[in-house]
Formats: sequence, C-alpha cells, structure tokens
Amino acid sequence: MAGRDWVVWAKPGVFLLCLLPLALTLAQGLGGGLALGANPVETLLHRSGLWTLRMLLLTLALTPLSRALGRPWPIRLRRMLGLFAFFYGMLHLLVYLWLDRALDWPVIVEDLTERPYIIVGMVALVLMSVLALTSTRGWQRRLRRNWKRLHRAVYLIGVLGVLHFLWLVKADLREPLIYAVILGVLLALRLPWGRWRRAWVQSAPAVARRSVSSSR
Amino acid sequence: MLIRKPADIPSSEITPPEVWRARRTFIQGAALGVGAAALAPLGAVASTYPRPGEDEPLTPREFVTGYNNFYEFGTDKGDPAAHAHRLRTRPWSVVVDGECARPGEISIEDMLSGFDQQERIYRLRCVEAWAMVIPWVGFPLGELLARFEPTSRARYVAFETLFDPEQMPGQRRQVLDWPYREGLRIDEAMHPLTLLATGLYGETLPNQNGAPLRLVVPWKYGFKSIKSIVRIRFTAEQPPATWNRMQPDEYGFYANVNPAVDHPRWSQKSHRMIGDGWLAKRRETLPFNGYAEEVAGLYAGMDLRRFY
Ligand code: HEM
Repeated sequence: MAGRDWVVWAKPGVFLLCLLPLALTLAQGLGGGLALGANPVETLLHRSGLWTLRMLLLTLALTPLSRALGRPWPIRLRRMLGLFAFFYGMLHLLVYLWLDRALDWPVIVEDLTERPYIIVGMVALVLMSVLALTSTRGWQRRLRRNWKRLHRAVYLIGVLGVLHFLWLVKADLREPLIYAVILGVLLALRLPWGRWRRAWVQSAPAVARRSVSSSR
Repeated sequence: MLIRKPADIPSSEITPPEVWRARRTFIQGAALGVGAAALAPLGAVASTYPRPGEDEPLTPREFVTGYNNFYEFGTDKGDPAAHAHRLRTRPWSVVVDGECARPGEISIEDMLSGFDQQERIYRLRCVEAWAMVIPWVGFPLGELLARFEPTSRARYVAFETLFDPEQMPGQRRQVLDWPYREGLRIDEAMHPLTLLATGLYGETLPNQNGAPLRLVVPWKYGFKSIKSIVRIRFTAEQPPATWNRMQPDEYGFYANVNPAVDHPRWSQKSHRMIGDGWLAKRRETLPFNGYAEEVAGLYAGMDLRRFY
C-alpha cells in the first residue's frame, strides 16, 4: 500500500529528472555564448545520442532491479523511462536532420542508405517508434501475449544502439565499450541462470563423483 | 614591416584591398588585446598569400586553441587544452637525415632566427568535416629542407612526433600506433604553401596546437599536418603514415581535401565552420580545400579517387 503511494508520488519527480539533460542543454544553447563549445551542433548531436542510449540502459536496468529488490516499483517506472529513451532518440534525429544536415535530403538519403552506422541507428529508432506507439494499455490488451514478444525488441534496440556508437568512433573505443559492457551485463542478468544452475546441480553429483574417482 | 613577395606567386593572388582592410580590422582588434602585441613576439611579417574569402572570418582564438585533435593528449577535443601544459618545448631540436647530403640537427631557436617568420591565413579542413580559418605564423618547409641538401634519391619526406608518455599522457594507451608519423611527396613538401608553423595569432604556438613546431599543409586533411615534430627524414620510398596504416580505406596517404571522395562513414561534400554557431548552414567543401589553383598541378594525371 505504502509502496504504491510512494511511486505515484515519485513519478513526477522522475519525469522532471529525465527532462534535466534537455533543460540544461536548452539553457546553455539559448543563453548564447560558448556553453555548447566550439562545435555546438556536434555537442547537441552527441549529447542527444548519449541520452538516448542512457535512457535505454536505465529502462533495461529496471527489471533486474525489481527482481533484486524483490519489489515491483521499478517496473512501474519502466514505460516512462522507455518513452524518454524514445523522446531523446527523436531529438537526436531532429538535431541530425535539421541542425546537422539542414534538411538536405539528397545527403540524408545517402547517409541513410550507405553508411552502416546510420542504418543501424535508423533501424533502432524505427523499432523504438513501434514500441513507443504500442506502449499504451490499449495496445497491451489488443496484442495480448504478442505484446510481450514485440517488446522484447528492446534488447535488439540496445544492441543496435551500442553498435551505432562503436561504428562511429574513429579510434578510441573506450566509451562505447563501457556502454557495451553495461548492456551485456543487463542482458546477461535476464538469462535463465536459476534454471541452468538447478539443471547443473542435478547433474553435478554424478560428474563430481566421476571426477573425484578419476583424480584419486 | 617588411612585406616579402614570393616570386612564384602570381600577382593576382596578392591579398586584395578588402582583405587588407579586414586584416587591419583584425590588427586593430589585436591592438585592443585580442592577439596581444599583434605579430611582434615572433616578428612575423604579413603574408602575401591568398587567404580564405571575406565570408570566412578568422576562427576565434579560443576555438583554435580549445578544440583540437591531438590524441597524444587524449581523444576528446578538450583534452589537448587540458593536458598539453605537460609538454616541455625547450630545449627542442629536430633531427633531419635520410637521403640528403648534410644530415644534422637543428634547434627551434635556430629555426626561429634563421628563417623569416611570416603570417599565413589558411583554411584548415579536418577529415571530420569541420574547418577553421587560422592565422598561422611560420616559414616554408622547403626553406628548411633545402639546407640539408636532399639528394636525387629523396622522393618523400617523413615526419615524426615526439614520443614521451610522461609529457604526452595520451600515449600511455595504444589508441594510435605511436609515435605519430606522417609523410609527404618531396614536391608537396617543397611547395611554397607548405608551412612549418611556429605560432598562431601572432604568438608562439600553444602546446595544444603542436608546439613548438608543426606542419601545415592547407590543401590536405588536418591529420597530415603533424604536430610537435622531432624528426624529419628524406626517403626513397613512401613512408608510413599513422592513420593511413591504421585504416587505409578511410585515410589515404595523400589525403587531399576532395569533396568527390567521401570518407566511408561520412560525406566530405560539405563542412561546418567552427565559430559559425548552431543555426548556420554547412559550407561547401572545395577541391584541395580551395587551393586547387596553387596545387592541383602536383597531381596532374593522377586518379584522385584511387590516390585519395
Ligand atoms: C535515424 C537514426 C539515427 C541517426 C541518423 C543518428 C545519427 C548520428 C550521428 C550523425 C552521430 C554523430 C556521429 C559523429 O559525430 O561522427 C550520432 C552519434 C550518436 N548516436 Fe545516433 N543516430 C541515430 C539513432 C541513434 C539511436 C537510436 C541511438 C541510441 C540508442 C543513438 C546513439 C548515439 C550515440 C550514443 C552517439 C555518440 C555520442 C558521442 O559520440 O558522444 N543514435 N548519431
């Protein structure tokens, strides 16, 4: 009971927290001056891309967190964080199309068809749009069991997002690799370790006996 | 100030009056403290070389010195400005050897006193599709090379950056195959536009820009313009170049600015001018970065799509 009230109360706070990167960036951009650095468009492009990926990873962290705590409240923030990932993804696309490429469609089409890192990002973003559109209760009801199946695409989106990042850096892979490791851990936590261990424990005595007798 | 006019530059390329006026504005700005005592510290004379157009003002000094690719100090654009203070630029000397009659070593002091320092306002085009307009101070590389009397076997010139992870913390990680190496064909190296820079904005070169001595080849992508040079060698064969070795399909040995040959991961048809602001349009990239009239002849008959 108390937990339920607490989440209801916390949601607007989390919402505002998720808007903070955007708010800070807008303040820096509109404040003029040099807050966004020598290459502001690059700064906006990189920041929006990073926050897309960060929100995605945060979203993916909620299920394992809920399991670890034995409480349901993280799950109840999942849709909001997922939608924020989509929101930052759309901002990222907007910065790219409008500020970076100045709506120069021939160049954009060339990018979207020829450059693997952009293609991968685009596929991720299209998938994110589908998940965002079907994130409502109505769609949940309509799709029933398929809804869960469909929304497993989020794992693929994570992989594509990291791949996009890995492919776009020039030489220093350190930063994208950090995100890759985090994603790897979050995905690994979802593997059915419990079932595997039980299976292993059941078969282990026989194996152990054999190895003991052979080594003595 | 003594204005030198290099003999092989056609008079049509001598700085037009409107540019002079722009420069005078700049020098007035300098007098107001922008560039300190104008060109005085290095005693550089203004160049008679063409500078980028009127619509391409000098990139503000804080960007020229705050947004750098110099992986020896870290891979972030801000890392060089943050860490380059560790570099000791005195004493400094450059070993020049290989296919030449008089190999030897020359100190930075001898270079500063032995060659007339000139100001050259060049457009710098990075392979990452951004550009700056920088008032370099320096002297033609060819003047230095001539002193060492290259032989007829010298077909290329190889350059090497300092390797010292104590001073250059970025070298502690194997991001690139240290030391950084670059190379030019001898005719490119002897071309009057090819500069050894010792300063910018009228002052001694800041460490993060490649102090105390760096190459500036304005018609090539920025990575060719190797920084903090300690060694120059005349060679008969094409020398290894760091980025070219690492990813030959992305970074050619020639690396001439060419809007017709895209980097596999991004278009080279246009670039963003640093300082333009975030609502500004990208600018059209020109063949040889706008220096085609001066240098296209060096590549006559070459397939620039193959030799990118
Ligand atoms: C149509 C979709 C997309 C396009 C056109 C696109 C385009 C770009 C471009 C042009 C860059 C800058 C590349 C550079 O500086 O060389 C970039 C960076 C980035 N993008 Fe995307 N992107 C897309 C989707 C995504 C998605 C879905 C994610 C996350 C899941 C993402 C995450 C990133 C990240 C993390 C960076 C790098 C940030 C940094 O370097 O600090 N992008 N993207």
